[in-house]
This record gives sequence, C-alpha cells and structure tokens, in this order.
Amino acid sequence: MTALLTILKHGPLMTVQDGGRYGYRSRGVSTSGAVDRDAHAIANALVGNDPAAAAIEFALMGGSFSADRDVLVAVTGGACSIEIDGQPVSTWESHILKAGETLSVGGLQGSVWGYVAISGGITIAPVLGSRSTHLRTGVGGVDGKSLATGDTLPIGSTAKLSPRTLGTPYLRGSGPIQIVPGPQEDYFDEIAWRAFLTQPFTVTQSRDRMAMVLDGPKTEAFKGHDIVSDATVLGSIQVPGSGKPIVLTADGQTTGGYPKIATVISSDLTRLAQMPAGSRFMFRAISADMAEELFIRAEERLVAVIGDLRKKP
Amino acid sequence: MPLMPQPGKEISYPRILRCGDRAIGIEFSDAISETANLEVLSLDASLTAEPIDGVLETIPTYRSLTVIYDPRKIGGAALGEDLMQRATRGGAIEHTGRLLEFPVFYGGEHQADLDELAEMKNMTVAEVIAMHASAEYRVYMIGFAPGFAYLGGLPEVLHTPRLAVPRQRIEAGAIGIGGRQSSINSVPGPSGWRFLGRTPFKLFDATRAEPFLVKAGDRIRFHGIDADEAKDLDGQVAAGTAELKEIAE
Repeated sequence: MTALLTILKHGPLMTVQDGGRYGYRSRGVSTSGAVDRDAHAIANALVGNDPAAAAIEFALMGGSFSADRDVLVAVTGGACSIEIDGQPVSTWESHILKAGETLSVGGLQGSVWGYVAISGGITIAPVLGSRSTHLRTGVGGVDGKSLATGDTLPIGSTAKLSPRTLGTPYLRGSGPIQIVPGPQEDYFDEIAWRAFLTQPFTVTQSRDRMAMVLDGPKTEAFKGHDIVSDATVLGSIQVPGSGKPIVLTADGQTTGGYPKIATVISSDLTRLAQMPAGSRFMFRAISADMAEELFIRAEERLVAVIGDLRKKP
Repeated sequence: MPLMPQPGKEISYPRILRCGDRAIGIEFSDAISETANLEVLSLDASLTAEPIDGVLETIPTYRSLTVIYDPRKIGGAALGEDLMQRATRGGAIEHTGRLLEFPVFYGGEHQADLDELAEMKNMTVAEVIAMHASAEYRVYMIGFAPGFAYLGGLPEVLHTPRLAVPRQRIEAGAIGIGGRQSSINSVPGPSGWRFLGRTPFKLFDATRAEPFLVKAGDRIRFHGIDADEAKDLDGQVAAGTAELKEIAE
C-alpha cells in the first residue's frame, strides 16, 4: 500500500514543488519548482532523496504533518522552530518521524521560503514532466492548488532510515545583489542607471512565487515602458510604468511586455527571494562572463554540500 | 561606474541581448513584423536541425529568440557568436506553419464586449464578426500562459485599446482583441483584453497526448458557429473526439 503524508495544518502558499518543469517555456509554461532550489535540494538529500524530488514548500509559516509509516523528514530554507510530537529538533538535518507522530513547523525567522522533505518524496502524478505546482495556471501539484488541511499525499518507498546532518555548512553569501545589464538596458539613460546602481532598494510585501516588487528610486525608461513582448527568464527585472522594478522568480511568466533593465544572476536570485519584506539592498552590475563563473562556482558549492552529508551519531 | 550601457547608440539587427548567466537572446527587429518572426522561427529551427551542446531550451517570440543554456557546457559569448552566424548566414526562410480553422461562437457570454466594440467602431455586430472572421491570422508566439496564442493579422479597423481595469476571470477558449493583436485564451485567468466569442477547442490540455494545440508559425482562420453547434463541439472536445480542421493548401 502506498504510504500517505497528511497535512494536519497548512500554512499560507504551501505547495508541492520539485526541481522544476523544463522544456516548455516556448509553450508558455513557467519553470516553477522551488523558489530556493538549493534549500530544496539539500532537504531532499538529507532524507536520502534525489535533490530534484518533490517536497513541500511553504512561505513564512509552516504547518503540521504526519505520515502513516516511519519516514525521514528534514526542514530547510531558514531558521525556524520545529518539533516532533512536542520535542524540539533542529532544521537542516533529518529526523525519523514515526508513523502517527506529528511534525510541527513554526514560522521562518529572517527568511521567506521553507522546505519540508520526506523520504521517498511526494509521488503525485507528474504533469508535463514535473510535480511542481503552478498556482496561477493550475498546472501540476494537487489539482494545481495550494495544499490545505486534511490533504493526503502519496509518498514513495524508502530503504533504511538513517538521519543525516550537514558536514559542510551551506552559506548564502552577502553583499550587493549582482545583476547582468540587459536585455533592454538601452531603454534606461545614464541618470536612471546611476540611481539604479547607487541607491538602495527595499523588498515590499507585494510578492509571491511569481515575482517580487521592489521599492526604491523611481526607475524610468526614457524609451517608454512598453516593448513588443519578448521572453523573460528567472531573475528578469521588469520595469513597468510605475518605475517599481519587478523581479521574476520561480513561477514567473514566460513572456512580458515591460522593458527589462537587467537580470539578477542565478546565484544571487535565491538570496534576494529569501529576503523578508522591508529588507534593504543594493544592486551591483557585473559582466555576463563573471556571472557564468559565479553560477558554476555556486553549483559546485551545492554539489559539495550535498556530497558531504554525515550520518548522525 | 561599471558596465554603464551606452544609450542612443545606433542599433543594427540582428543583435545579441544578454539575459543573465543562463540565457541569451538574438533580436531581429524592434517592431512586430512577419519577416522578423520568420527569422526567429528559422533560427529556432536551425537549433533543432543542428543542435548546439549546452542549449537547454529556446523561446521564440515576436522578434527575438531567447536561448537558455548551461554555462557549465558552453559560455554565452561563444554561444552568441554561433547564433549570430546562423542568424546572418541568410538562405531561404520558409513558411512552415499549418493553416488551422477554429470554429467560434461569437457573442454568448461575450455579447456585451461585442456590442460595445460595434458601437466604438460604428459598425453593426454582424459587420464586426464578418470583419474578424475574414482575416487570416498568424501565431507569432506562445507565451504568458500555457498554450496562449498571440495572433497577428487583426484588421486595422478592429484595433482597440485594452480595458483600463482588467477583469478577474476570462474562460479558456475566449477570442480576444488587445491593441493590434488578437488572441485565443488558453487557461482561465484575469485579462484586460476585449472578447468577441469563444471556441470550444482547448489550446492547452495537460491530459492530452499533445497538450498544446497550436505553435508559433501556424496560421489561423475563424468561422462562426451557433450556440447549438458550440454545445455539440463542447461535448466532442470533452470526449476527446473533436478534431481541429487543418486546411490543405
């Protein structure tokens, strides 16, 4: 019989996410997948899953869960209090959750996106090659919706349950959020660029899995704020007529009609997405060559972290 | 200041657009044109015929092709050079798309929009419908939502600004007008476009063997059907027995 995970209490924006839905952006299908791919991959690795396995993502507030079979669980993404049947346990390591016990996950402190991975992974039917939920278009996940109290999710089978912890710490970096100018960098004049790169921006409450709206110096496109729609990517910084930049994240749409001043580099997009509302930061422009180098290094760091999990005593 | 872009420089096409560390674009024009779109689709086809190692996905749009790559396999600089060579090597650009005929039930839940459109254009509703159904449209791109088709070819008389306030929910299959573009809605959702009617066919259905009904480069004609025919077709679409008519040329 298939083992089941039950959502005893759901948090806001709680969805099933895996490594993402690839190969369909040309058909208008967003990539989706975890907003914080690294934290999601590490949670999976800690419970012995493939890093791209389907797990639960939540925003700010966790929830509680139980399984009808002994499983390994791990919570990552940021600092938060978690308990198994009332006993406090640590984030960023895996624990045995015995059949019928309750895993309670509290609120994230200092970050926004959290992950609960369960050994065996969530095995709902994939849609277009992925189990990730895209809420706006209702693709994937459980009927394309966010998870609700009482939902039960099938989970895969697991071999021996051996809890693990990180041998190499996972560090997110600090400093300015790095961007590569373009594709419509020439829609913005020297004054707009100077303000964009020298004044701080603030993360606002207007954010979800698709995008984050920033507040800061009004970013004006002297060529206008409408382009003939072209492709967007993860990290695209769109600038609508309001002058408030919009950064596209995991569920971002595939095309858009606003000029894009720059793209947040892959290795900094997660850090930006994890900043709570009210956080202030600066942008720094770097070359695409440098950004590629940083992406490669970040991937190597993640591989090193996942490759150095230690059995807990 | 590092990397300050130089505004006001003369632009020559095609040109490279940098889109971060995992994507690069080749842009053929700053405006909507069939020629530019054919160049985009032709470059896209060349990547299918002669793939480049490290290219993961391509996104053809009106006037540019965006290529997503793995920097661990190929650098954007080298990829950009290869793409520019392909983009400028010329050769015959062929029209490849199919010619598809979509049945449309004009009016229905969209009668109010249709009435307003007729009034704005100083035409009768029948004239608006006849005008919309007389044209041949071209799928310039799929984007915004799964299977959503952006169509060019809307007769100029029907060009109409979008609504100031978008509506919360427009059903899949709705046939819309936004500015100089026409569209077929693919999933229910908010929209600021104006709508003339609906087709029973679903542009996107993840449970179908081929989830996407049309692709960039296809051409489309609309023909009017009545409420009963629409209902029949709804049933056939639900049962998976409806077939979209492809017009032989």
